[in-house]
Amino acid sequence: MSTPFYVSPQQAMADRAEYARKGIARGRSLVVMQYADGIVFVGENPSRALHKFSEIYDRIGFAAAGKYNEYENLRIGGVRYADLRGYTYDRDDVTARGLANVYAQTLGTIFSSAAEKPYEVELVVAEVGETPEGDQIYRLPHDGSIVDEHGSVAVGGNAEQISGYLDQRHRDGMSLAEALKLAVQSLSRDTNGSEREIPAERLEVAVLDRTRPQKRKFKRIVGRQLARLLEADGAATEAESSEEENSEEE
Amino acid sequence: MDFLSEHQPELLPGKRQLPPTQGVLEAPHGTTIVAVTFPGGVVLAGDRRATMGNVIAQRDIEKVFPADEYSAVGIAGTAGLAVEMVKLFQLELEHFEKVEGAQLSLEGKANRLSTMIRSNLGMAMQGLAVVPLFAGFDVDRERGRIFSYDVTGGRSEEHNFAATGSGSIFARGAMKKLYRADLTEEQATTLVVQALYDAADDDSATGGPDVARRIYPIITVITEDGFRRLTDDESSELARAVLQKRLEEPDGPKAALL
Repeated sequence: MSTPFYVSPQQAMADRAEYARKGIARGRSLVVMQYADGIVFVGENPSRALHKFSEIYDRIGFAAAGKYNEYENLRIGGVRYADLRGYTYDRDDVTARGLANVYAQTLGTIFSSAAEKPYEVELVVAEVGETPEGDQIYRLPHDGSIVDEHGSVAVGGNAEQISGYLDQRHRDGMSLAEALKLAVQSLSRDTNGSEREIPAERLEVAVLDRTRPQKRKFKRIVGRQLARLLEADGAATEAESSEEENSEEE
Repeated sequence: MDFLSEHQPELLPGKRQLPPTQGVLEAPHGTTIVAVTFPGGVVLAGDRRATMGNVIAQRDIEKVFPADEYSAVGIAGTAGLAVEMVKLFQLELEHFEKVEGAQLSLEGKANRLSTMIRSNLGMAMQGLAVVPLFAGFDVDRERGRIFSYDVTGGRSEEHNFAATGSGSIFARGAMKKLYRADLTEEQATTLVVQALYDAADDDSATGGPDVARRIYPIITVITEDGFRRLTDDESSELARAVLQKRLEEPDGPKAALL
């Protein structure tokens, strides 16, 4: 019988973390940030069908970077958790905090179980409140920890650089068009500092809009509406965004 | 639902053991629901009364619910079970939409409801039946459609108009005489109020418009813009207009003889 090599627990964990981080870094980054009327999700996604952002419950949205099959699995788990909660108790009893805890448990268990490979995903769970102060954004890295974020957060390959860029420029009470512009700018900067153009067709944008009259606040922004928001200039932003709201009602 | 039955089967209506009962179990029952299609959509409405034997259990019960953005359910039968069924139905449609990223087809929704009614057959045989009416806007065919059910879950598509519940015979008679193919949305909403009035006129379990307490029928409209429930002001205006005319002609508008 051959004796297996001894690997210290520290080394094993570091290897697993390294593995997961590399997997996540291969994916494109995405940005989640607060604006005046809610929370906006922006990412580069060439696929129309495989979403990075989706609705979990009335006020809760989900964003993920990394391996599609793994985060899709977690997303469906989250929808099930939320729907079961809401059905058993009440719709108000489903919270982002509860959901983030479940995700943290799941990711943590998978990360530290020797039998499974760690998930190569990084998640963001966001809940829009009645007011901007009530907004909650949680970031969940691959190892099952939870980070409570404010203002803006980036996950994925280039996340550190993008969050740095956003932290300097994000401010409270931005309009949707302003926030969207800033997010696209931050995403279009490459690691070496050069900028490239991301066409609107490659952008995936969704919002949790607290002004929506329906219970379900999640909404994807696509096509003409997205193009109009991107065109809106800084100066004309206010007028454009109010026009935007009107045309949404139609 | 498959997930529920695996993880928390006690939450499903059909999975409960029924205790043996003697005689009829008394529980609140909802009464009349009517629906009518018009070019561009469908109207679903219900009266507000729940009865328990010969007692009025509730005067202002709500029996018409949105199922999702493009469909609604009106319930007749045992109120408690029906409301639970609707809640589960809403949950299923929303769950499917979120997981699959697309809505179920209208047929798919109607079939799903049929299965849920069938799972309640045991209760129905003890007198706790649930018989809903399902109406929705078919986004693919671009028209409103109505589905009616029987206690065993049998599903049938109704054309033009339909009614369910104890006052349904009278409501159907009224709609038969008033319906025409070119109704506008407003005419369709007036028609359902007329039909509910006639049902309340002849059926003791159906409630008419209650002017003193300001309780008026619930009227919902589903078009390509989605589900909309008429506000209390809108429905009270409609109900008052009908009531005003009935003061002159108690039996309502007269249809042509030939």
